[in-house]
Amino acid sequence: MGMTMSQKILAAHAGLKEVKAGQLITADLDIVLANDVTAPVAVKEFEKAGLSGVYDRDRVALVMDHFTPNKDIKAAEQCKCVRAFAKKNGVKNFFDVGEMGIEHALLPEKGLVGAGDLIIGADSHTCTYGALGAFATGVGSTDMAAGMATGKAWFKVPSALKFELIGKPARYVCGKDVILHIIGLIGVDGALYKSMEFTGEGLQHLTIDDRFTIANMAIEAGAKNGIFPVDHITRAYLHGRFKREPKEYAADADAEYERSFTVNLSKLKPTVAFPHLPSNTRTIDKVGDVKIDQVVIGSCTNGHISDLAVAAKILKGRRVAEGVRVIFFPATNDIYLEAMQKGYIKTFIQAGAVVSTPTCGPCLGGHMGILAAGERAVATTNRNFVGRMGHPESEVYLASPYVAAASAVTGRISSPKELK
Amino acid sequence: MKASGTVFKYGSNVDTDVIIPARYLNTTSEAELAAHCMEDIDGDFVTRVRPEDIIVAEDNFGCGSSREHAPIAIKASGVSCVIANTFARIFYRNAINIGLPILECPEAVKGTKAGDRLEADFASGTIKNLTSGKTYSAAAFPPSIQEIIAVGGLLKKIQLGGKL
Repeated sequence: MGMTMSQKILAAHAGLKEVKAGQLITADLDIVLANDVTAPVAVKEFEKAGLSGVYDRDRVALVMDHFTPNKDIKAAEQCKCVRAFAKKNGVKNFFDVGEMGIEHALLPEKGLVGAGDLIIGADSHTCTYGALGAFATGVGSTDMAAGMATGKAWFKVPSALKFELIGKPARYVCGKDVILHIIGLIGVDGALYKSMEFTGEGLQHLTIDDRFTIANMAIEAGAKNGIFPVDHITRAYLHGRFKREPKEYAADADAEYERSFTVNLSKLKPTVAFPHLPSNTRTIDKVGDVKIDQVVIGSCTNGHISDLAVAAKILKGRRVAEGVRVIFFPATNDIYLEAMQKGYIKTFIQAGAVVSTPTCGPCLGGHMGILAAGERAVATTNRNFVGRMGHPESEVYLASPYVAAASAVTGRISSPKELK
Repeated sequence: MKASGTVFKYGSNVDTDVIIPARYLNTTSEAELAAHCMEDIDGDFVTRVRPEDIIVAEDNFGCGSSREHAPIAIKASGVSCVIANTFARIFYRNAINIGLPILECPEAVKGTKAGDRLEADFASGTIKNLTSGKTYSAAAFPPSIQEIIAVGGLLKKIQLGGKL
């Protein structure tokens, strides 16, 4: 029996010729990641256990992105603790304010992650790097601490679901709609403990940013990882950027999948996830009249330059609706700079929106855009759980940058088609 | 290892944002995290929970964020064990790594109501509902995971020179 793409990467990193679903293995890690929320717990455990130094100073990444620029004294203390740890252990990839971006956009941009890698990160959206043909999965702080110390982690080899993507997406349909559609189809635990492997001729129509968005939200279906094959689009992204040699793995022709799904991209419509689960999806024509108080465009899911480009095109020469607060979060400083050079930032500000420094802030209800009781937001982020963006009685609707920007103009959840 | 306590029962997809909202993630203090445990799903939880009490939930418990603060908050609030139909995978690993006993047992979940008294034996996986008198059996962990639990967590295992 052949192996899936995920299984092949795991086998290679475990020094095994073959692995099978359900097998417990120990594998070598290419990158170990944590942020200012999860690293302090890891550092505390690391030091409590008396571990001596990190396994490789080039392979540990610590990104201060969640509550930064420090939202309060406690957050400042947490960053201080991680900063001191990074200095003491000579961690090279420590990203503080000024250099940092939202981790899952930053690591690919800096060339720290790429095809064939095995990556763990103490952040559930670590699965984003599957877009580049890597096996990447989220873990907790203790696993991360153990990974930092030893360069290894234990894994139960996952079985897989296959998603064959066919056709070309229609206008105003992007990666966000693809993944929301799939989560709506299989549910928030539809891929629990499993890999989601994306394949098919439809991939040629998905940009690297679309793929980042799709892989990013694999965790919202409960998946261990989401992964894309390596093609000319991946290679073009990695070329001149990835600091190590990419390794291309492909699923065997006789790889075993628990289930296969065919998704016709040409049939998809803009899709919105209603509160309070990412699986609670409706297509834009079935949304009804949902008035909003806030729009958030950015995050590790949709804070790429192409996402900002979409919003800028819609907001150019328009004003945001009265009473709607619109907040942009470019995912990294490089994206911010590019958006500035292309005039997007000016467009956003002239339309009545604000632009923030890169931070995870509002996505998880941390800071920079918290909702009050009864308020509603349309967000290009990844979760709409109870209280995710603030008060437990607030609501988050997940959507693409197209829908979010159009909604900013109309003041209710809207398709860009509605704009004159 | 055994514990017995009163059941707090929840449904499916209890996410880590409701277990410990992100607004409290600016600390690693176990006591502070415990003070806000389950705040957005069960406001009374922290005032009612007693040492050894047991959380029982349906599918996909602990989904969402990878924050280890979630099992830490539960453990520090005195809860002895979480029993569910299934756990989200990162929560599952985190609970094992920090030494919060968890058991997957759909029969026990089905046969348990909020307020029941349960007794759980983590080593054997035996769950006894003291209120109804019924007994259930959860699947045992694989040996390598049992070893992590036995030594008191993943880092303890590494500290002791154990192979990962």
